[in-house]
Amino acid sequence: MFKIVRREEMAEGTVILNEIEAPLIAKKAKPGQFVILKADEDGERIPLTMAETDKDKGTITIIYMVVGKSTALFRDLKVGDSFQDVIGPLGKATHLEKRGKVICVGGGTGVAVLHPITRAMKEVGNEVVCIIGARTKDLLILEEQMKNASHDLRVCTDDGSYGHHGFVTDVMKEVLEEGDVKEVVAIGPVPMMKAVTNITKEYNVPTLVSLNPIMVDGTGMCGGCRVSVGGETKFACVDGPEFDGHKVDFDELMLRLNAYLEDEKKCHEEYCTIRDAQ
Amino acid sequence: MAEKSAKPVKNPRIAMPEQDPQVRARNFLEVPTGYTNKMAQEEAARCLQCKKPACVNGCPVGVDIPGFIDLISKGDITAAIRNLWSKNALPAVCGRVCPQEIQCEGLCILGKKGEPVAIGNLERYCADWERENGTGELPPKAASTGKKVAVVGSGPSGLTVAGDLIVKGHDVTIFEAFHKAGGVLVYGIPEFRLPKAIVAQEINFLERLGCKLECNAVVGRTVSVDELFEQGFDAVYIGVGAGLPRFMNIPGENLVGILSANEYLTRANLMKAYKFPDVDTPIPIGKNVVVLGAGNVAMDAARTAMRLGAESVKIVYRRSREEMPARAAEIHHAEEEGIDMFLLTNPTKYLGNEKGRLTGMVCLQMELGEPDDSGRRRPVPIEGSEFEMDCDLCIVAVGSGANPLLTSETPDMKLNKWGYVHTDEKTGKTTKKAVWAGGDIVTGAATVILAMGAGREAANSMHDYLNLGW
Ligand SMILES: Cc1cc2nc3c(=O)[nH]c(=O)nc-3n(C[C@H](O)[C@H](O)[C@H](O)COP(=O)(O)OP(=O)(O)OC[C@H]3O[C@@H](n4cnc5c(N)ncnc54)[C@H](O)[C@@H]3O)c2cc1C
Ligand SMILES: Cc1cc2nc3c(=O)[nH]c(=O)nc-3n(C[C@H](O)[C@H](O)[C@H](O)COP(=O)(O)OP(=O)(O)OC[C@H]3O[C@@H](n4cnc5c(N)ncnc54)[C@H](O)[C@@H]3O)c2cc1C
Ligand code: SF4
Ligand code: SF4
Ligand code: FES
Repeated sequence: MFKIVRREEMAEGTVILNEIEAPLIAKKAKPGQFVILKADEDGERIPLTMAETDKDKGTITIIYMVVGKSTALFRDLKVGDSFQDVIGPLGKATHLEKRGKVICVGGGTGVAVLHPITRAMKEVGNEVVCIIGARTKDLLILEEQMKNASHDLRVCTDDGSYGHHGFVTDVMKEVLEEGDVKEVVAIGPVPMMKAVTNITKEYNVPTLVSLNPIMVDGTGMCGGCRVSVGGETKFACVDGPEFDGHKVDFDELMLRLNAYLEDEKKCHEEYCTIRDAQ
Repeated sequence: MAEKSAKPVKNPRIAMPEQDPQVRARNFLEVPTGYTNKMAQEEAARCLQCKKPACVNGCPVGVDIPGFIDLISKGDITAAIRNLWSKNALPAVCGRVCPQEIQCEGLCILGKKGEPVAIGNLERYCADWERENGTGELPPKAASTGKKVAVVGSGPSGLTVAGDLIVKGHDVTIFEAFHKAGGVLVYGIPEFRLPKAIVAQEINFLERLGCKLECNAVVGRTVSVDELFEQGFDAVYIGVGAGLPRFMNIPGENLVGILSANEYLTRANLMKAYKFPDVDTPIPIGKNVVVLGAGNVAMDAARTAMRLGAESVKIVYRRSREEMPARAAEIHHAEEEGIDMFLLTNPTKYLGNEKGRLTGMVCLQMELGEPDDSGRRRPVPIEGSEFEMDCDLCIVAVGSGANPLLTSETPDMKLNKWGYVHTDEKTGKTTKKAVWAGGDIVTGAATVILAMGAGREAANSMHDYLNLGW
């Protein structure tokens, strides 16, 4: 059993942070890696990136957006409750190198995934410009942490309620125009990552993205997580989750993410009805 | 052996009662329901108690077949099961899933003129009897040796090693990547063929014997083989199976609605998705389902799809019926349940709609040409024979390979060119000191009994090592 020792609600309760006891995983985890969690006996196996790990305390931290039944189930776990299963660390760690000026772009809960990578990018000696965005001010997460993890933080909101009015891509373009950018790391909703890579292609700047296909085992034995990268099929759980964004077929990924949409909706609605009735 | 009764045979074998095909094609209960005591007696009486029993040569672990059958005849099932256990740790499983028609029963002398003794059925009978009526008494355990053994993977091969070494007095811990132990027995083979309660009981038995079980431990990620030694383990057994799914590599394979059999069966069995939405893991329900391949895995996938409510399920296989690798009983059961066989048929591309969902596939008709390297006649396409097939769910069951997750993190363990672990044939020793391997990760996808046989030999060698040295 993997006990929750800390819990926070962010972005009006739509984004949840859990710090969980998992000493073996905490000891091994590197930026960019993820875990698979299962709440209870009949639960689904859900992949989430480790936003933070603490070797000394033996804990890992996940930050997730509540989107369906399983993440709703996770949200209802309290401090002291446990996840039945946590498996990891899975996936390849981020390839970290000192390159010079680097932009880290995050949207939505992608910011949580981006946080440890941004910090590591800075630690190896890069000059890190970080751009994060959300639909509106109240949905923005980890602003303070991202400020500390980078040299220069720029914030945007779609509705202009805070920071720059507009999309992260607009701000990114400005930074790219200033020149000298050696690499971009973009993590967020698929349409955002696609938009980012379309722009960085024009500027010829290598771009790393972290993909989130549907997964089951996370160890390369099911092939459910397959993505097309440069015309080749890759298993995101073992070959990724990070890939060269200029080669990823985002349209295919988007279609594959909707594979269970109808089923999941039904399952989630049922859960909400039952829970609300109690 | 398929229980056929086309023409009457003298001294026919006692067929095991089965659920009616029409009914069972839509439920997940076990298909054959087991012998009664009387049936078992009658079937046991058919055995000639050969002096030189050919059947034993067909069993990869050399079960004393006339011996245990004789004990059934004498009505001493307790002794019969102990006799079985001396060679085979999981008779309830093997009785159900061994390809008996090419192993023990394939060589039974009675099969020459009529029907062989139903060895598998009798084996299953003893194990089921013991489960229901036995004392559950544990075998005696040798005094503790103080040596620690790590078993990686909880499939039939790892379970055998764990069981053998714990009774020899070693301290055994099993590490399993999934959240539940049992390997293919829990994530692959469906409930209607191997009830999960049986596997759970075997695992419980090992735990009662004192084996420790660490689930959610992906060796190579959560902990490495070298770290296991650092933690004080004296020997390691690698039984991680051959779990890497193969795809066809034809256009359109990433459309929604195309799954590997591993994914499909894992959702259905391990995650119990056939109970969705009572459980949280969904599984795609196909209307017109195509399964590519003709092994046990393909039969399991096809029969699962039928049970989940498909209107039609087709097996598409590029060779002919003779080459189908599945157990005869599975093919027979599948056909009874209404699964269509499209033999000598090879898909060349998948068709999809604007939403990226599978709508059909293009296939070619094949004919048999000259024999290939495997000695089987090579299927060659018939020109101009292309045709389209409607389907909204396709399950790819064309084989599996070695998963590099553990082996790539264990560089001093030699692999062969396909990525399987290289071992000494007799002992299961790898090229890495104090590390053994066996089962599908050594042989490639094979059978439960071979994986168990390899486990037993490795366990003997490990025991020698722990007592005497490398
Ligand atoms: C390697 C990896 C790392 C991830 N890290 C994070 C993270 O740190 N924080 C976070 O909030 N989310 C992360 N995700 C996404 C997260 O796994 C999904 O949001 C979650 O599985 C949804 O489960 P659910 O049952 O609540 O929703 P469901 O009911 O399954 O789905 C609801 C909606 O989410 C979509 N969806 C389903 N599965 C996924 C998926 N795997 N990824 C994205 N959308 C999906 C569905 O199409 C549907 O629209 C990650 C995914 C992967 C593969
Ligand atoms: C659907 C299906 C049907 C089959 N039907 C039959 C049949 O009817 N008759 C028959 O004889 N054979 C059948 N087989 C084949 C048979 O099941 C296998 O040959 C046998 O299970 C191999 O046993 P194993 O112990 O080598 O590996 P497996 O049973 O594959 O077990 C390996 C275990 O190791 C775990 N593992 C993998 N990597 C790691 C890691 N890095 N760290 C920790 N754990 C890990 C896996 O999760 C798994 O639990 C079937 C196979 C399948 C898939
Ligand atoms: S273990 Fe398998 S091959 Fe051996 S006797 Fe039993 S059923 Fe036959
Ligand atoms: S060969 Fe057949 S008849 Fe002879 S001992 Fe074996 S099972 Fe009995
Ligand atoms: S999640 Fe199963 S192979 Fe990646």
